[in-house]
Amino acid sequence: MTRYFTEDHEWIEVEGDAGTVGITDYAQSQLGDITYVDLPEAGAAVKKGDAPCVVDSVKAASDVYSPVSGTVSESNAALADAPELVNTDAETGGWLFRLTLSDAGELASLMDADGYAEFVKGL
Amino acid sequence: MRYLPLTPAERADMLGVIGVDSVDALFEDVPAAARLDGPIAGLPMHASEMAVERHMSSLAAKNLSAGAAPFFLGAGAYRHHIPASVDHLIQRGEFLTAYTPYQPEIAQGTLQVLFEFQTQVARLLGTDIANASMYDGSTGCWEAIAMAGRITRRCRAVVSGGLHPHYTAVAHTMAKFTGDVIATRLPQLSATPDDAEVIAAIDGETSCVVVQYPDVLGRIPDLAAIAEAAHAAGALLIAVVTEPVALGLIEAPGHLGADIVVGEGQSLGVGLQFGGPYLGLFGCNEKFVRQMPGRLCGQTVDAEGRRGFVLTLSTREQHIRREKATSNICTNSGLCALAFSIHMTLLGGEGLAKLARINHDVARRTADALAAIPGVTVLGDAYVNEFTVVLPRDARTVVRELADRGILGGVSLGRLYPHAEALSHGLLVCASETTTDEDIAALAAALSEVLEGQVLEGVPA
Amino acid sequence: MNAPNTSGWRPAMGEAGSGESALITASGDRGLALEEKLIFELGRPGTCGVDMAEPVGDVLPGLSRFLRKAPAPLPGLSEPETVRHYTRLSRQNYAIDLGPFPLGSCTMKHNPRLNEKVARLSGFADLHPLQPGQTVSGALEVISELADWLITLTGMHSVAMTPKAGAHGELCGLLCIKAAIEARGEDRGVILVPESAHGTNPATAAFAGFSVENIPATADGRVDLGALTARLGPDVAGVMITNPNTCGLFERDMKAISDAVHAVGGYVYCDGANFNAIVGKVRPGDLGIDAMHINLHKTFSTPHGGGGPGSGPVVLSAALSPFGPLPYAARAADGSVHLVEEEDAAAMGHSQSFGRMAAFHGQFGMFTRALTYILSHGADGLARVAEDAVLNANYVLRSLEDVLSAPFGKAGPCMHEALFSDDGLPDDFTTLDIAKGLIDEGFHPMTVYFPLVVHGAMLIEPTETESKDGLDRFITSMRSLAARARNADPSLKSAPHLAPRRRLDETQAARKPVLTWREGS
Repeated sequence: MTRYFTEDHEWIEVEGDAGTVGITDYAQSQLGDITYVDLPEAGAAVKKGDAPCVVDSVKAASDVYSPVSGTVSESNAALADAPELVNTDAETGGWLFRLTLSDAGELASLMDADGYAEFVKGL
Repeated sequence: MRYLPLTPAERADMLGVIGVDSVDALFEDVPAAARLDGPIAGLPMHASEMAVERHMSSLAAKNLSAGAAPFFLGAGAYRHHIPASVDHLIQRGEFLTAYTPYQPEIAQGTLQVLFEFQTQVARLLGTDIANASMYDGSTGCWEAIAMAGRITRRCRAVVSGGLHPHYTAVAHTMAKFTGDVIATRLPQLSATPDDAEVIAAIDGETSCVVVQYPDVLGRIPDLAAIAEAAHAAGALLIAVVTEPVALGLIEAPGHLGADIVVGEGQSLGVGLQFGGPYLGLFGCNEKFVRQMPGRLCGQTVDAEGRRGFVLTLSTREQHIRREKATSNICTNSGLCALAFSIHMTLLGGEGLAKLARINHDVARRTADALAAIPGVTVLGDAYVNEFTVVLPRDARTVVRELADRGILGGVSLGRLYPHAEALSHGLLVCASETTTDEDIAALAAALSEVLEGQVLEGVPA
Repeated sequence: MNAPNTSGWRPAMGEAGSGESALITASGDRGLALEEKLIFELGRPGTCGVDMAEPVGDVLPGLSRFLRKAPAPLPGLSEPETVRHYTRLSRQNYAIDLGPFPLGSCTMKHNPRLNEKVARLSGFADLHPLQPGQTVSGALEVISELADWLITLTGMHSVAMTPKAGAHGELCGLLCIKAAIEARGEDRGVILVPESAHGTNPATAAFAGFSVENIPATADGRVDLGALTARLGPDVAGVMITNPNTCGLFERDMKAISDAVHAVGGYVYCDGANFNAIVGKVRPGDLGIDAMHINLHKTFSTPHGGGGPGSGPVVLSAALSPFGPLPYAARAADGSVHLVEEEDAAAMGHSQSFGRMAAFHGQFGMFTRALTYILSHGADGLARVAEDAVLNANYVLRSLEDVLSAPFGKAGPCMHEALFSDDGLPDDFTTLDIAKGLIDEGFHPMTVYFPLVVHGAMLIEPTETESKDGLDRFITSMRSLAARARNADPSLKSAPHLAPRRRLDETQAARKPVLTWREGS
């Protein structure tokens, strides 16, 4: 299992061709209280950089970009009743959706945890 | 100028603080070529209250107001008695001169009214929830069609011929630009609405079916049957109510399977005002809340745990979502919503039911009086307070001739459907609690007189 | 001293703020601070505040299968209870009638009561929109007279009167642009919008089926003409520009922008929300504008009513006029006015109209008010409106720029609104704290966090109807709040303390929406 990060503050954890996507703890801290998550439906085809998911706080709606291309296999049903999981467990239980990767090569352009930590430090 | 408090001395002081010589210096960013030199030529100068009131009163006096004549117009705007307290309360400065309640700590009055309004509208329409109002019924109707498109991801709306033609026209205008398809037809001068044709037009591409209830000719469609057919095809049913008083008598559309119910709320609390401002009612099933247009007020608590209200779910709206918003609507129709809500509060559910029954009684008496005139046929056997009569000649000229006799006798279908020859003999007649027996007698007498020549022509010697 | 206090009476005030918030009353009310239940908690089924005759006769047999099973579950109140309910609620609102309301871009000016009186004349208020023309000639004259004023004040060619509000007017203008482009047989899908724009601009463009691209601003808060012209091309339908813009500044390059857009076949939409700054001083038509909505509820003082109704007539250039919506009021050669509806549009040379935007003929009740306002001011008074509005805003700008950061303050005068940012406030203190502090001071806050191009924006629009005394009191309060923030006064973080409610939990409201009252909630 390997975890990658994007400059738009998404993370993706990959095992084989299966990926789980969420936003980083840093991102949730910037957004404030999350009130609603608009999740993609299973079966939806997404391209790297698409915004299949929107995270709402009281005064902002933020697009979540898919770090890679693939087909959505599942979204996090727990968020319907408890969007606050994205605040409390952004990088674990607050994951957003899972997808089947169509091009693992796209991972090469993403950062690892150390790289992302450096990136955030520079903001 | 009575509305401008600054004195010349104060203006001079203030210019001193700013550090410029003249007000003109503050307009330095305006290119000289575009700056006007003094008041625009040819326009009048400021005028006293008395002079302005005199001028405006002279214009008002040129009109024949509804209350000054036997009056039978409806077709999307209705004349009901508005209790005096309604207009008094909406003129309280704290309501009249407040802004959109973006600072909830000092806007709980407006916010609680909106919360009460949303609840009243939802209960009246039979929906789970309702928003804080739209501009009017016609624009709300298009918003509902657009919303159904977002929910179903389809773009073909089947629109009943019984929908008010202005509402249909608004949908056509918008659809031309958004690429939606509006499948519709003209109404027929028949006793029953076009339920069967509407059901037959539903297909697998249909996002929604739009049905007015009662329809524009006063007939009552079978919403439950249409809802069943729409749902079977994966489409939504949008019910449109232009006369909410009718819902005191007939079942709420939300209870008959409508997924979205929109309406014109003018009939309660808001005067005719030559067409506006009115207010759009917008209710729907709770699961569609994130796709709803317009402002929503929600209940919450303050820092001390006291109940309070705020505008909420605003991430749907233009000021946050910008080009991804559910609608571009910004203003709602707050003061009209307040008037509606006060009138509704005075009536209560049972008062509304009684009002609707009285309207129905008066309409029946009117229909009976008109049906007794040779050559006049009343269409249909199920209406609430508005019905269609078929005349022996073009109703447009009849309406004008009635007006010459001081009678506002109804809305000709020719006015609403100028190019539909088949409808030209139709006259929409509406009665309400404001209609007296004398009014009915005056209309019947004048209509007999106006039609006399034509009737004789048709009768064999 | 010639009037010694022989009685020895001294006003006993106690310590400021001591204990009064702890006093609990049995009623929940606190003197004149009155709490009010919901009508659903106050009302009773069967209570009615309207006297009606008993229904007579039967329901039509044909109607019986459609009848409601039970009345709508709505409690009623008697008239005294109703009057009291809404009067008590009204006292929880701030309003222009109570004090300064410096909400930037909203133009919260005094609402003259003559306007209300005139709008209620039965010859205006009690007219059905579909009455025959011969019975409404005075109403059509109102529309025509107001239309003439709007055309003259803006130097434009025609005006579409039907749009229901500003955003509806934007839609009208963009639909005119779209129709004009289609009539030329072209396909242009892009509308350019400055990043400082009001949110309705991009939302409207998208609603009308355009894609939206942002244009950057220059360091002095204006549209970047270079970036704009670089983006222009055959795919651009037009631009939407607010002038004066949302930073409260006049777009000096407006004419150059218009010329550049016209040169590539596009159209210029101007958001007229800020027309109050230039009415009677500048005609948008002289700046090359093709369409502009006018918020009658801003510049022409029809009441905001707690969020509407508005009214947004759109003035159009000669190029766009043929495409304007139906219906419209037309004046014949003999001076009489009649309404051009679908039936006679073609005969009147208006067959290219994009169609109808709303039922009936627009917000007539707002037209009577706006015309009354305009006639009261006249051409001289309207120019004075703009001058005093700009004077008041600059007075505020210069009276606060030493204690609050004014991002464009050095660049010259502002127009009708003064813009500040949270730059320089201590880390923990935000624009929101200043705004909530103003509530305790007895003012309505300014517009906050808009425009988006300035961090922690505070946009102050005093309007011309604010007296110098009102401005001075506001300035004193703002200076005090800025000082409290600089001194990290913790009580400011939890303001307001003195309003009918403390800060409200908006997160809870949005996470678990409660949008209607339910029994026991």
